[in-house]
Parts: sequence; structure tokens; C-alpha cells
Amino acid sequence: MNQQWQRVLFMAVAALMVLPAQAQSAMTPDMGKLTATAGVIQIEGASGGGLVPWATITGYGSRDSYGANLHYSYVGTQDYALGTYGAAVGIADRVELSVAKQRFSGSLTPLNHLRIEQDIYGVKVKLAGDLVYDQDSLMPQIAAGVMFKHNDGVGGLGAITNVKALNAASDSGIDYYLAATKLLLGQSLLLNLTVRATKANQMGLLGFGGDQGDRYQAMLEGSAAYLLNRKLAIGAEYRMNPHNLSTDNEKDYYDAFIAWFPSKTLSLTLAYVSLGQITVYNTKRQDGVYLSAQVGF
Amino acid sequence: MTMSIMLRRLNVLVWTGVLLAALMTVVPVQAQQTLQSEGNSLYQDFGGLPVLNKVVDDMLALALADTRIKETFKGVNMKRLATLITEQFCELTGGPCKYSGDPMKEVHQGLGLSNSQFNALVEDLQQAMDQSQVPSRTQNKLLALLAPMQRSIVSK
Repeated sequence: MNQQWQRVLFMAVAALMVLPAQAQSAMTPDMGKLTATAGVIQIEGASGGGLVPWATITGYGSRDSYGANLHYSYVGTQDYALGTYGAAVGIADRVELSVAKQRFSGSLTPLNHLRIEQDIYGVKVKLAGDLVYDQDSLMPQIAAGVMFKHNDGVGGLGAITNVKALNAASDSGIDYYLAATKLLLGQSLLLNLTVRATKANQMGLLGFGGDQGDRYQAMLEGSAAYLLNRKLAIGAEYRMNPHNLSTDNEKDYYDAFIAWFPSKTLSLTLAYVSLGQITVYNTKRQDGVYLSAQVGF
Repeated sequence: MTMSIMLRRLNVLVWTGVLLAALMTVVPVQAQQTLQSEGNSLYQDFGGLPVLNKVVDDMLALALADTRIKETFKGVNMKRLATLITEQFCELTGGPCKYSGDPMKEVHQGLGLSNSQFNALVEDLQQAMDQSQVPSRTQNKLLALLAPMQRSIVSK
């Protein structure tokens, strides 16, 4: 079912991407938003920075149109890798729908055959404020979002095939978040604050809830970016994580990024990320590189 | 457990600090510039009236060649429009001018301009400012002053 939905959404986005060349109708996307004001796709498939979902709506469709994009992101640390790909649609600069697949793998024995996959379906709605036009007040753009996450299981760990066998309370969960994003154009600065209610362990890659706790907790996430020019932004992010598993001394995430928008159809993000420890069996702090490419309109 | 909560709080504190520090390094520079603005306004950062004149002329030339918006200037006295926009930019940036046109809402009433058309003109303005080598920070300061006009200009 999940696979089918993914295929449908990917095909829909692919079709949308061909459409502009085909039809010169009212359905033609207007690409009416300003460069970079749609953010980039973050690691769970929503519009935002690298790690943190923002209040921005993906795509370059103005409030009279729509936009869509495809993305691939790769995180490589000393002992693990995480690939994410997905598609996202922004409608009327108001609603965002996204789908993403995460593939986590290990490279250090005995976890060198480890494979964990997760599907994430996201919905985000802009509630108030405007990122670009509210320059005469401190009002940020505010959006609420939901991420439906389903862990597809564990491979390469022998008898352990489900995160529940790693003490997670569930292999699926829902994250709820509220994001406020403020563009201070006069300062060439963008600030974001997100509060997320979640049970997810390592974003859900290690399941939801666990032997240390199975309640929703509020996590703070923040981003700050400086716009070097309208095609280049640098910034840093912080993302707090819960600690529900005794086998995972889960730490907060950090990144420092540079995002390049050569056009409205392409963006590239390069970051240095720190993910902390992933399991108590390997206490090395996992730092590495994050690379993300996005194409769309 | 308590230790890890303490560490986490510390983390949040440190990062809030980093964000604040980032803000504080930028904002004082801004404030300083505002303080000095008796002698060093945004108007002067632009290079005064000669540059504003050229930026507005270039913007309107780009707009007239821009398939997204050129139709919206049909029947408009472009020379008068250039004079009025220059006056407006000059006054907004702290220069010695006074905008002599009608309020933005009145002028754009009934034109049915869309948000993407508003942004198209913004992009033409950005390109015009690039052509005059206006630095990005200075460009953004003018755009910050113009952005709220979207509410009076866009009616579709």
C-alpha cells in the first residue's frame, strides 16, 4: 500500500514537471515566488533547512498556483549513512504535501549489514503571517505540520527484523510540529523556531517510544541563516531529540550549512552534521557531511 | 538521567546563545548604521539620486521586456512613472525627495495585479540593482521597505 502510494505521488510529480512545457493554460505553474523563499527540502521531506522543518511551503507556486519538486539527500558519518529521497507539492503557497523514503545503513562491523528503512508522509498548512511581505512587523510566517512515519523494518541484524525487537514501543508514529519562520530582510537574516511533539527515536529510524519512555515530548528545533545574496545562504541548525531507548543514548542534532540556488528549478545544500551517538554499542559521536539536491518548479 | 537532561538544557542554552550572538553581531551593525544615518543613510549607501535614477530606469526597461508583466504597463506614461518611483525610492531610503504621487492602494486599484506579477517586478528591480553593483545587503534593505506594499498593490 505504502509503495503504491509512493509510486502514485512520484508519477504525479513527474507528470506535473512535464506539464509546464506541454500546456499554456491556467494550470501552468507560475513560479511566482522569489528565489529561495520556498526553503529547501529537509531530511524528512518537508520544506525547511537541512534537519528542521520550517513554516515555508515548498515549491515556487504563488498563492494562485502550485509547485512541486523531487529531492535526494545523503548523510555520511564515520560508521553510518542515510539516504533520503522524496517528492513534495506546494499548493497555493498554503498547503504542502510530501512523501519521503529514508534508508539507513551501517558500515562498521558488526553493523556493516544493517539496513533500516522508513516512509514519511507529511502535510503542512500555513496558518498566519507572510515570510516575505511582513517586513514592517515582527510577525513570522507560522505553519502547522504532521509527519506520518512508518518504519519498514530492520535488515542485517540476524533475528532482529523489526525495531520493536530493539525495545521500541511501536514501528510507526506521528510527529506534530508548529514552526515560526521570520525573514528579516533588512538584516538579510532568516530565523526559525520549531516545536515538535514526537516519540520518534532517531527520527523514527529506531522506532517510536521505548523502554525509557513512550510519551509525546516537546522538542525544540532552531535555525538561523544569513543571506549572502539571493542565491546563497549560510546557516546553522539545532534539533533536540527524545531519549526513549536504553540501547540508544540519543543526542541532539546540529548542522552548519550552505545552500545554493542557481535557479528556481535547482538547489544544492552542503552541510556538516553532528548526529551524536546512534547506539550504546558504538559510542563514537557521528559527524559527517550532508549533501542534498532538489529539482522542481 | 538528570545529567542528560541538564546537558540537553545546556545544549539548548548554548544554541540559543549562538543564535542570539549571531543576531547581536548583525543588529548592532545595523543600529550603528542607523545612528550614523544622519550622514550615512540607505540613500547614500545606494549612491544617491544618480544611482536610484538608473536603477529605476533599468527596472522599468526590464519590466517592459518581461513577458510576465509588460502588458500591465499598457497606456502608462513610463516617464512619469519613472519619476514617481524614483521620488518614492529616494524618500523611502532617507533621501531629500518627496513622493508626489497618489497612495499606492489608489494607484493600483482595479488593475487586478497578481502576487506573481508583483514578484516579477521585484526580480526586475533586483536585476537592475545588480546592474548598478548595489551590494546584496543594501538591496535587501530597500526590498524590506518595499515588501509591505504588496498588500496595497496585489488585488487578485
